[in-house]
Amino acid sequence: MKLETRQVTKNYGGFLALDGTTFQTGNDARVVALLGPSGGGKSTLLRVLGGLLLPESGEVVVNDQPLPHDPQGALKSLRKNGFVFQGYNLFPHLSALQNIVLPLCAVHGYSEPMAKERALELLQRLGLAEHHHKRPAELSGGQQQRAAIARALAPKPDLLLLDEPTSALDPVMTGEVLDVIRELAEGGQQIVLATHEISFARKVADWIVFLAKGRVEESFPSEQFFQKPTSALAQEYLHGLSRYR
Amino acid sequence: MTNRPAHRLLWSFALVLVVSLGLYVMFAAVHYTWNWSSVWSYRTQFVRGWLTTLGISLGAMVVSIVVGFALMIGRRSTCTPVHLLSTGIVEILRGSPLLVQLLLGYYIVATALHVGDPLVVGTVLLGCFEGAYLAEIFRGAVESIGASQREAARAVGFDTAQTYRYVIIPQAVRRALPGTTGQMVSLIKDSSLLSVIGIEELVQKVRIMNSSSYTALEGYLPLAVAYLIVTIPLSWYARKLERRFAYET
Repeated sequence: MKLETRQVTKNYGGFLALDGTTFQTGNDARVVALLGPSGGGKSTLLRVLGGLLLPESGEVVVNDQPLPHDPQGALKSLRKNGFVFQGYNLFPHLSALQNIVLPLCAVHGYSEPMAKERALELLQRLGLAEHHHKRPAELSGGQQQRAAIARALAPKPDLLLLDEPTSALDPVMTGEVLDVIRELAEGGQQIVLATHEISFARKVADWIVFLAKGRVEESFPSEQFFQKPTSALAQEYLHGLSRYR
Repeated sequence: MTNRPAHRLLWSFALVLVVSLGLYVMFAAVHYTWNWSSVWSYRTQFVRGWLTTLGISLGAMVVSIVVGFALMIGRRSTCTPVHLLSTGIVEILRGSPLLVQLLLGYYIVATALHVGDPLVVGTVLLGCFEGAYLAEIFRGAVESIGASQREAARAVGFDTAQTYRYVIIPQAVRRALPGTTGQMVSLIKDSSLLSVIGIEELVQKVRIMNSSSYTALEGYLPLAVAYLIVTIPLSWYARKLERRFAYET
């Protein structure tokens, strides 16, 4: 995939989350990691790239196709993507299975038996087969996040966008979820990942976008970024994160 | 706190006993001579009034839920005239006395529209009045569903209507239930005001009986019981529903 933004701004009641953000990845990036300090605009950029948020100005181009600016067009294009959030955001009134089946039927035109088959196949793959009937509150954080990944994967999305998927998890559960993401990446799924898991990004991502204060400071192939970050902010960030690990 | 059924039953009996004793002492203290025979002779009228109250209440409940839902949607609309109109209707219906609404609604509006049946007019007016309260209960419930759920709904591709249908309303129903039950109980009691447009519901029947048989208080005890026969099961059923919808968030 190729991701590109030109002069994108996004404003939350006076706070500029994206401030003329401009970057471009290589033509065939497979796993793009968004790195940078908290509050730097990672989550907002991820939502803008996936079509979940409409920017106030600027262009977002995915695989040489500019994303539509009208809400209807944006909804149509975001349906091709899958999203996973930091707080899982499963629907609490539905079981794990129903969380996956409902969007397949209501949005993607699956029949109920087909949707169930697809959902069960994914839950099986993510090690949740025996938990399919449970509601989110009955699942651990790691299980909830895996169910959320299953929900995002079910309609076979072009892009899987994950917003700090392990930030709310303990180290064991973080490991569970990162294993799943790595397997997906190795299986060829195109992924955009906002994360603080720097060593995971180093292993799995092939392109790094580094943001701070709403601007992209660096956009380089992974190896290049980790060997020689050019900006002072990125150097400081990497140094700070590697101090204890 | 223990929740064993036998334990609860025992406490209920004890409390009923104590309260009844207290009431008996008070009633005995005022030396009121009860004349129950006149009440008994009015029993068919009493039952007829009770059925009227039930019918009006059921009809008005349906109307109030429809009106409440529509006003809630209107209050949340981004279209300015719709928002203003709905807000105005809610404020006027909630802020002015039901008595005035019934009198103006029946003698002016319904007459102008050539609707003569006081039962129909009364049911609709009562439903609108309670609907205004329900609109705010519903709005509170809908707005308590967090931004992250709305975002998740959009992320899986739901449009606005689907977001309401599959995500917001199922979760909001549970949060609106306790308030809605209270409002339904109020509605049943508020139906007594419909006597002002000539409907002989339960309270009116008791008034007629009291004035024709020169009794003062006899009718009011069965009256309270007749309301409680409806309102207590309603509350009980609502609690059962709440438990059915219960899930942790």
